[in-house]
Amino acid sequence: MRPFAYAHVNDAAEAVKAGGTFLAGGTTLLDLMKLDVMRPERVVDINDLSREFSAIAYGPQGLRLGALAHMAEAARHPDVVREFPVIAQSLSLAASGQLRNMATLGGNVLQRTRCTYFRDTSWSRCNKRDPGSGCAALEGVNRKHAVLGTSPNCIATYAGDFAQSLIALDAAVELAGPSGARRMAFADLHVAPGDDPSVETVLRPGELITGFIVPALPFARRSLYLKIRDRQSYEFALASAAVALDLDGGTVRQARIALGGVATKPWRAREAEAALRGKALDESSARAAAEAAFAGAVTHGGNDYKPELGKRTLVRALLQAKALEV
Amino acid sequence: MATAEAAPPATPAAVPVTLNVNGKSHALALDPRTTLLDALREHLDLTGSKKGCDHGQCGACTVLVDGRRILSCLTLAAAVRGPVTTIEGLAQNGNLHPMQQAFIDHDAFQCGYCTPGQIMSAVACVREGHVRSDDEIREYMSGNLCRCAAYPNILAAIKDAAPRMLDKA
Repeated sequence: MRPFAYAHVNDAAEAVKAGGTFLAGGTTLLDLMKLDVMRPERVVDINDLSREFSAIAYGPQGLRLGALAHMAEAARHPDVVREFPVIAQSLSLAASGQLRNMATLGGNVLQRTRCTYFRDTSWSRCNKRDPGSGCAALEGVNRKHAVLGTSPNCIATYAGDFAQSLIALDAAVELAGPSGARRMAFADLHVAPGDDPSVETVLRPGELITGFIVPALPFARRSLYLKIRDRQSYEFALASAAVALDLDGGTVRQARIALGGVATKPWRAREAEAALRGKALDESSARAAAEAAFAGAVTHGGNDYKPELGKRTLVRALLQAKALEV
Repeated sequence: MATAEAAPPATPAAVPVTLNVNGKSHALALDPRTTLLDALREHLDLTGSKKGCDHGQCGACTVLVDGRRILSCLTLAAAVRGPVTTIEGLAQNGNLHPMQQAFIDHDAFQCGYCTPGQIMSAVACVREGHVRSDDEIREYMSGNLCRCAAYPNILAAIKDAAPRMLDKA
């Protein structure tokens, strides 16, 4: 690991002033520093901000999740489990017991891709690591790579799960920064790779995630996260679906759908939501919604199977959510 | 992200780190790059915690901080706030912890390299209450890999130790 200067800060004001790479749980940062993929010169330990930003609170307005809360705490919180099962499941189906105790919610949404070419510096071509160098994955082993939101410069998959539940539930993210606090739709935090895959979010230098706000959504009790992967546990998604359904009998008033494991960023499937509105939810309408979700999919050989896997995942998630007794 | 190679920075200044490990306090001056695992093994001679993958994938380095299981290989020693319990701190007054005894009784290891991490994780798994079924134990122990594949015996050991741990609590 390359040398770095280490500092720890007591509050958000100190953190945004400190300038540097923030360290919370460290499960992405330390890993990628050991691989020489991330090379911060200054590491700012923000774990003491947990005094201010780790509360989980539920009320009539909705759910507030402090960014320094650990994944495990949010996953087992009774209000989260009862009112927003898709959030609890997206967290508990991710990583391992140890990692969920370490990783914070803020760090979780900023986790970096698992693209093997990004993580292995012996590959010289990676636009995310080294802008302008090319993309080895396009013609490489790309079985796990994205099919939605790709660009000719990058097909790295966004690896997280929690972000899909946030984006499906119209969550907002709160930030602290050198020019003050701001709040934005969580959907606007991440950006698709486009021309410069090294830019993954709209965070400004020194900006820090302090919390997430999930608006009250009574029908979120009928929500779930379905994750399909190579192993049954402790594995990233090949395809996943976060769904919440507002049903009138068997008819869809409103559906919320986000897809994981298949896209370059947390992916809201609005076309699929629109396809379901006012329809009786059954295998055929679910399949039509899934077709809409993947209409723009672009594959690169190894991941040719992903659109079909993603569609089947979404169909199953929708039918399982319909069958929930809430 | 990656930029052109700059001149290699000098070795960073040591940072003062106080670690409370198995009930004993240690004042150390460490290179900030030092992980908790390396601090335990290289500076405190507590070599029970093992370095497997060193990337948070295998669980061999699992220890408890503030009673919660974490991966010491992905934790900077300087960032540790709470008291640390390692495999060396489980036995009390020369008596093995019920989980240690159960691993012996059920032959829950072959080469033994992953065992300290398995046992620390298993102790936490029981305390978390994730031992209500075989599948739940498997799910909550999935962060500890055993290349010898002693999994059936590890499962048996955890099921055996859990009630005895809870009796004592």
